[in-house]
Amino acid sequence: MLKGKHLIDPQDFSLEELESIFELAEEIIKDQNSFKDLCTGKILGTLFYEPSTRTRFSFEAAMLRLGGRVIGFSEPGSSSVMKGESIPDTIRTVASYVDIIAMRHPKEGAPKYASYYSSIPIINAGDGGHQHPTQTLTDLLTIKEVKGGFSDLTIGLCGDLKFGRTVHSLIKAMSRYENIKFILISPKELQIPNYIKTEILENKDIPFIEVERLEDVIDSLDILYMTRVQKERFFNEADYIRLKDSYILDREKLKLAKKDLAILHPLPRVNEISYEIDDDPRACYFQQIKYGMYARMALIAKLLGVA
Amino acid sequence: MLYIDSISKGIVIDHIQVGHGFSIFKYLELDKADFTVALIMNAPSKKFGKKDLIKIENKIDIDLAMLGFIDPNITVNIIENEKIVEKINLSLPKKVEGIIECKNPRCVTSTERNIVHKFILIDEQNGTYKCEYCDQIYSWEG
Repeated sequence: MLKGKHLIDPQDFSLEELESIFELAEEIIKDQNSFKDLCTGKILGTLFYEPSTRTRFSFEAAMLRLGGRVIGFSEPGSSSVMKGESIPDTIRTVASYVDIIAMRHPKEGAPKYASYYSSIPIINAGDGGHQHPTQTLTDLLTIKEVKGGFSDLTIGLCGDLKFGRTVHSLIKAMSRYENIKFILISPKELQIPNYIKTEILENKDIPFIEVERLEDVIDSLDILYMTRVQKERFFNEADYIRLKDSYILDREKLKLAKKDLAILHPLPRVNEISYEIDDDPRACYFQQIKYGMYARMALIAKLLGVA
Repeated sequence: MLYIDSISKGIVIDHIQVGHGFSIFKYLELDKADFTVALIMNAPSKKFGKKDLIKIENKIDIDLAMLGFIDPNITVNIIENEKIVEKINLSLPKKVEGIIECKNPRCVTSTERNIVHKFILIDEQNGTYKCEYCDQIYSWEG
């Protein structure tokens, strides 16, 4: 039962609980109309202590499409937070008005701290560079929809694997399924942190390799998860120049890939995915946005206990 | 050889790693004590070569979890009638609250008032803790 639970860390839910969210999301995808009154009379509070148009829109659209309503703030300047109100006080106040809260905060661990003082479910909508569990739900639902399941997949993660929180969460989440293999594609400076390698991959005996160039491995991938590589992250100019093109997905590289590859990206992109492949059937990153809303609809309904 | 009387009723904190005795002495606020206390540093030890130890001629409340966090190899002896009636071997506490502070400037503990810093033991062998809020690793290196 997910009713009344918080979602703070992508690992908070068991595989069965995740499955129940995906099942509901799939029902919603099939027949959105029959869910349009599911949350009538319910209110979602969106507490966005830092701006994030994309995530906030997704949450708000999800609640509105379930027939619920939304109140909240999109920057702390317009709330009593500016007057120095503590998180516990803000949460106790807002929890008196709404039924469920989506909270984004620049400080890591803020939603967890909030959850200790909340009588209603709190969803972490991103806390600094730490966790972003609804992005992980989005990624998982997308994989399930385009690949039909979570097992027997070779997953390539490309770009900034060091600082990319969505990458870390996705590895943790996918490592719970059967027969998964990871190919980690990044410059040496931006390789996956050691704790993920030891605690998650080696500990669970999950096969993985680390490579520098996307074109060397793209032919073996079932899923390619692209992330942005920022120039500032490189230690020297020479390496950046040598490698920068390896992390840009274009038509040339895509020619080497499997016909049923699925390309994902948490968005927004800068130049790591060339616009010329947007129309390729393997490009799933725009579908992914929609799955994000469906995943949030299913999550809200489950946490409220209305489905 | 330095000679210090044995105590009749109280506590002996033994096997303190050399150098830690003084910080434990201060943590227990023994410098303010109005009963007999002794801090012995660099005493000979069969187990470690050298050790610090503290003798307290009084029964005081000691936070064993905290003491274990400072030095898990410590033994606490409870003395009555000049005899050891209880020997407590310490270990690293599973959770440490309000003792160490998270160093991550992005952690919620860096800005919230009245928040209690909490750390959870994740690796007993290496004495590794993580911040309950932001997962920042804290390694206790003795």
